[in-house]
Amino acid sequence: MTATLAAVLPTALPAAAADGGAADFSQDVFWVWLLKAVGILVFLLTSVLIAIWFERRVVGRMQLRPGPNVHGPFGLFQSLADAMKLLLKEDVTVKAADKLVYLVAPFIAVFCSLLTMAVIPFGPEVSIFGVVTPLQLTDFPVAVLYILACASVGVYGIVLGGWSSNSTYPLLGAVRSTAQVISYELAMGLSLVSVFILAGSMSTSEIVASQTTIWWLIPLAPAFVIYVISMVGETNRLPFDLPEAEGELVGGYTTEYSSMKFAWFFLAEYINMLNVSAVATTLFFGGWRAPWPLSWIGDGVLNTGWWPLLWFVAKVWLFMFLFVWIRGTLLRFRYDQFMKFGWKVLIPSALVWLVCVAVVQGVRQFGGADVMAMLPWLGGAILVIVALSFLIPEKKPVPEPAPSDEPFDAFAGGFPVPPLPGQSLPPSPRALRREAQSPASPALVGGPAADDGAADGDAPESPTQEVPRG
Amino acid sequence: MTPSTAETVLFWVLAPIMVLAASGLLFARKAVHAALCVITVMISLAFLYVAQEAPFLGVVQVVVYTGAVMMLFLFVLMLVGVDASDSLVETLRAQRWVGWLAALGLGVVLVGVVGRATYPDAVGLAEANAPGNPTGVARIIFGQHVFGLEVVGALLVTAALGALVLTHRQRLKPLVKQPERAAARVAAGGRLTPLPAPGVYARHNAMDVPALDPDGNPIDESVPRVLRIRGQEAGTAEYRADTYRRAVTAVLAERGVVGDGEVDAALGTVEDDPRPAAAPPGTTTGPTADIDLGGGSTRTETER
Repeated sequence: MTATLAAVLPTALPAAAADGGAADFSQDVFWVWLLKAVGILVFLLTSVLIAIWFERRVVGRMQLRPGPNVHGPFGLFQSLADAMKLLLKEDVTVKAADKLVYLVAPFIAVFCSLLTMAVIPFGPEVSIFGVVTPLQLTDFPVAVLYILACASVGVYGIVLGGWSSNSTYPLLGAVRSTAQVISYELAMGLSLVSVFILAGSMSTSEIVASQTTIWWLIPLAPAFVIYVISMVGETNRLPFDLPEAEGELVGGYTTEYSSMKFAWFFLAEYINMLNVSAVATTLFFGGWRAPWPLSWIGDGVLNTGWWPLLWFVAKVWLFMFLFVWIRGTLLRFRYDQFMKFGWKVLIPSALVWLVCVAVVQGVRQFGGADVMAMLPWLGGAILVIVALSFLIPEKKPVPEPAPSDEPFDAFAGGFPVPPLPGQSLPPSPRALRREAQSPASPALVGGPAADDGAADGDAPESPTQEVPRG
Repeated sequence: MTPSTAETVLFWVLAPIMVLAASGLLFARKAVHAALCVITVMISLAFLYVAQEAPFLGVVQVVVYTGAVMMLFLFVLMLVGVDASDSLVETLRAQRWVGWLAALGLGVVLVGVVGRATYPDAVGLAEANAPGNPTGVARIIFGQHVFGLEVVGALLVTAALGALVLTHRQRLKPLVKQPERAAARVAAGGRLTPLPAPGVYARHNAMDVPALDPDGNPIDESVPRVLRIRGQEAGTAEYRADTYRRAVTAVLAERGVVGDGEVDAALGTVEDDPRPAAAPPGTTTGPTADIDLGGGSTRTETER
């Protein structure tokens, strides 16, 4: 992998630091901000409505059934009908719930999911009613970290909702969600760091600007794969939907929620899908930049004006389709598989990849060495490592320890010790006493303990053979 | 350098919230509420950091402390449950009075120090943030303080290893986890799938109507156990799939076989213990008085 990376890097990367691609917001006035903010809200809410319809239609097609097709053209109004149904349903508040937290939890989830899009660049500078401004609400040097922060606070909605319902299944869902976030956000953050290293910035507009010649998808393919896996985990979608696994936990953290409060959670989940898709687009898929053959048309005319909005939305929906595709294809993980995958596969591979990227970038930037000159050495090193890995003997299954014939000595070596495999505890003195006192079962008195004593020889000294006192 | 108006407004909005949340930490009865108060303080603090031109610190505060550390705290606290509140019984004698005394002392010291402190205008912000805030922080951490950082890193790695060593214990028996339990379940040969819901493929979907299997025979297990014990299960004969029976009858009639006995034999629906005639779904045929469904009821079912 390193070899391919090194091969691509010298031609691909113009400069280590971003070439001043930061968006310029100096022209913005109050109403421009307002317009952009409202625009983002409208985009998200309509996208959610379409996403629900889209998901049901596509999954239906994958499962050889029509999906919703009755209300409106192609069943497009089905989501509207569902939304109205949720609005008008009876709003049940669980009596034993922790009222305040129970009410606040869905709002936390939705509010945090709405924050992310503020730093996503939808396009380059455009003219809105005479004001030239980037098609992005805001940007700052740590914009991608801000996205991670919003996501991690948003999980509190799920966790608190599950806890405050005061019910078993929601609590289990909440606990699972906590563990999931802690394990998968690490991998996600690590995969994003390799983008930061190559782009030389954490600001979204500069990351998009750094992908002018090549999208980070190609040199950073392993990081992209790790990001895609952890983004599915982050949004609680199949095959990682363990916090709401309906086969095991009824509805997980949403079990005790109904009507509009449930709708908030539902909304937050779909907005989060859009969010992580937008982040993947921005960091790995060139953001709003036109895809390769189109970017050549008319000397890059399709990368200016309002055109990029189209490419951005198309790329986001590509990821939305991926979500649906995964859902239609894969089965839910078992919980232990899920945790093992996160901690033993994703995080170590993300770490190894990060070290590779850091070394290559460090050599390019500080060592001054030509990566092309290092290429044979890198390839040789990888070959040696691969060759050495063949010498490692395969792990043999540990044989079951043979049952030990020795009598059990509870104070072997002077310390109280548990029985070894194959040995069994003699009945406790109290059990012996009880059996001796009950006249109903005289046949059970004595038994193995008596045999042990006979075999031992020094039975009176052995603490297990202690004479019952009082 | 004086703070801008926006920063002042933000401070005076956030400061009371933070003070309230901080006192909520002290006075909240439930541990999770206290944790929520801490989260509020942390996020408000992050806002103030960002307002004071330290965006990296502010965002990292949320990612690391709110997103990871407090989440771990909450993970443990949640297992306590909603209804549990802390015990207020004093376990150490006179602890409360010593606590008050120490708090008073701390208060006096704080008032003395804060009251006599002077606040000169802040300087050096522009130079510190000249290469960009994250870059400036990186230069300080990995330039001036790189040794301290390495030492802390080594300490943390040692602590993590120590935790691993201290919590390690020798395994005496093979570990039984989810895969082993799943394999054991399959090996035991019991039912692996969930029970079918009552009424599946039957002519009614009421709770007391048994589901039908692919042959059209009723599945007794699909009716809830309670209804079965109370004798409230709708008669199985009534809800057998008639279509299938008719089809089988027709096929058998073509072959010259007539008579209910042969059809029953072909369908495999001969009931050695015929039930009472079916009641319409929803009506009760069993005893109307409540039956004690304690431990004894399970035994009744398994012994039958």
